[in-house]
Amino acid sequence: MGSLIKNNTVLESDEVTFLTLQEYLDSDNRPQAVWLDAGEEIEAIADFLDDITAIALNFPAFSDGRAYSTAAVLRRHHNYTGEIRAIGDVRLDQLEQMARCGFNAYQLADGQNADQALKRIEGFSVSYQQTIDRDPLFRHRA
Amino acid sequence: MYVYDEYDQKMVDERVEQYRDQTDRFLAGTLSAEEFQHLRLRNGLYIQRLAPMLRIAVPYGMLSSTQLRKLAHITRHYDRGYAHFTTRQNVQLNWPKLEEVPDLLAELATVEMHAIQTSGNCIRNVTSDQYAGVARDEIEDSRPWAELIRQWSTFHPEYNWLPRKFKIAVTGAEGDRAAVQVHDIGVRVLRENGETRFEVLAGGGLGRTPIIGPVIKQSLEPKHLLTYLEAILRVYNRYGRRDNKYKARIKILVKAMTPEVFAQKVEEEWVHLKDGPETLTQAEIDRVRKHFTAPAYEKLEDHVPAVDDLLADNSGFGNWVKQNVKAHRQPGYVIVNLAMKQTGIAPGDVTDEQLEIIADLADEFSFGEVRVTHEQNVTLADVPKKSLHDLWTKLVEAELASPNLGLLTDIICCPGGDYCSLANAKSIPVAEAIQRQFEDLDYLHDLGELDINISGCMNACGHHHVGNIGILGVDKKGEEFYQVSIGGSGYEDASLAKILGPSFAQDDVPGVVQKLVDVHLEHRQGEERFIDTYRRLGIDPYKEAVYATWEV
Repeated sequence: MGSLIKNNTVLESDEVTFLTLQEYLDSDNRPQAVWLDAGEEIEAIADFLDDITAIALNFPAFSDGRAYSTAAVLRRHHNYTGEIRAIGDVRLDQLEQMARCGFNAYQLADGQNADQALKRIEGFSVSYQQTIDRDPLFRHRA
Repeated sequence: MYVYDEYDQKMVDERVEQYRDQTDRFLAGTLSAEEFQHLRLRNGLYIQRLAPMLRIAVPYGMLSSTQLRKLAHITRHYDRGYAHFTTRQNVQLNWPKLEEVPDLLAELATVEMHAIQTSGNCIRNVTSDQYAGVARDEIEDSRPWAELIRQWSTFHPEYNWLPRKFKIAVTGAEGDRAAVQVHDIGVRVLRENGETRFEVLAGGGLGRTPIIGPVIKQSLEPKHLLTYLEAILRVYNRYGRRDNKYKARIKILVKAMTPEVFAQKVEEEWVHLKDGPETLTQAEIDRVRKHFTAPAYEKLEDHVPAVDDLLADNSGFGNWVKQNVKAHRQPGYVIVNLAMKQTGIAPGDVTDEQLEIIADLADEFSFGEVRVTHEQNVTLADVPKKSLHDLWTKLVEAELASPNLGLLTDIICCPGGDYCSLANAKSIPVAEAIQRQFEDLDYLHDLGELDINISGCMNACGHHHVGNIGILGVDKKGEEFYQVSIGGSGYEDASLAKILGPSFAQDDVPGVVQKLVDVHLEHRQGEERFIDTYRRLGIDPYKEAVYATWEV
């Protein structure tokens, strides 16, 4: 596994243990971290989001874009404010798109150079659309 | 037309540098070929049979003379002196060098052009009506809406990795010149009680499973355009199939769910987005509309004896006017079409010199702008009628005055097996053979409107499903054959063509077309169009004529 980027810092790993969706739903207490595969619906845990501190969303391949929508739904519809971590086939050239959809932690795929990651997360200086931290461009365009 | 402000320019400039970095990393071996493939496709660069192919975006077909001259320069310096107009109003280069593409893009950026999202599984270049703003049957100019969609879809972070490519078309006229019924999303701009409203279609398309798109939303208010599109895209991104690329387009999802259930799902998603930050402001709508106001027309007489008196005869000029020139909403002005369908030249191909001549003619006769059409032709939208003869004379000199717009020889054709690595069969030589079979202009004019569409494979870039006569290249045990279909239309009376029967060898195709045309001429009533005769007769007489004497 490659490095973990969290809070704009490069780490080797952290202590968080993510349960699968099934394990999470089966558990009696309220665990704080769960991971979802692409295609698993975030709606399944919508009622428990207040108690969850970290959700990992898996990219089975870098070309599978479902997790972008899952992250956007978590942030926009459910106002989820905890960690959303990208796991799986996470590559440098997609970090900006992930960040703009609401991811804030990235478990890089093997061989991805962590030194370049922070620059990639930042990406373009302007964007047309609403993103996680800004309104659409037209709302502040002259 | 739309002019960039500092934000638009910044994004295009930053994309050039980002792409340059991606190319450098690929050439240095630090970016894998697999990953670079996806990244370069999102910037229009394919690796084809003979060389890379670069698809340059022409948003809803609008080009300025400055941009045309830059394209001419680019074809000369980075390519082999010609370019190709595509069926999606874009421009393609056939021979750029992979390592020179970043420099080429930097040059394009200086004239507000780019190759962003012209390929890959993302939202592609938005297309529209080539007569927008000037057509007599227009309800409202579609271009401001197309531009707003272009901006919203450019680098949208959520929809860059969709199950499959995604195409949006917009029309604002009675006649549908944008083929909105065969797009992933079609938007019709309408008027209801004097107010602008949209009708939204979803799940149309060609390719392996051609489907006429159903209407999923009526009476959408303008301010909700982007949030509603966002809802469709999110439903598609989440639930579209990813296990089989031939079943991954939105049309398969809409069909599987049924249009009613799909529309319901979109409504449920839209509830969260409606009236949110992406809701368009009147200030933004006004800002974009200001870029599409009418040019400074002169007050001119609509009747021009020097032109009108020539229409009756069959002179070269008269034929060209009758076929290629269309009515304009402004008195004394006309719409002029250059049919890029000279026999012996691949449909849609244009040389560097012709690009410069078109630029000069646009400056002299049409306020410095042209439009690329999805029929692979070029439109000068605002020509004073009194200048028609002068313009025609110059077009004849430049070999740009083919008087065959909309006729049988105005063939829509993909690059096919000569260039494209996806193709099963060649398409350009087939187009040429048909054009040679039908060289008699009087015969063609008598025959009237007839669309022939040729695709070299199932991906249907030549839109063969919506050709009055559609021709599809197929592979039979390593040999190239052609399946012929009949009865398609890509316009407001959209219909999908039906397959005639077993396929033919390349040499037989012109003869088959001739037989189909013979049936038409024998049975047509008055000035009836080919498609209307077919709709009246059904497929059988055509089938019989073609196969009765055919040894299959």
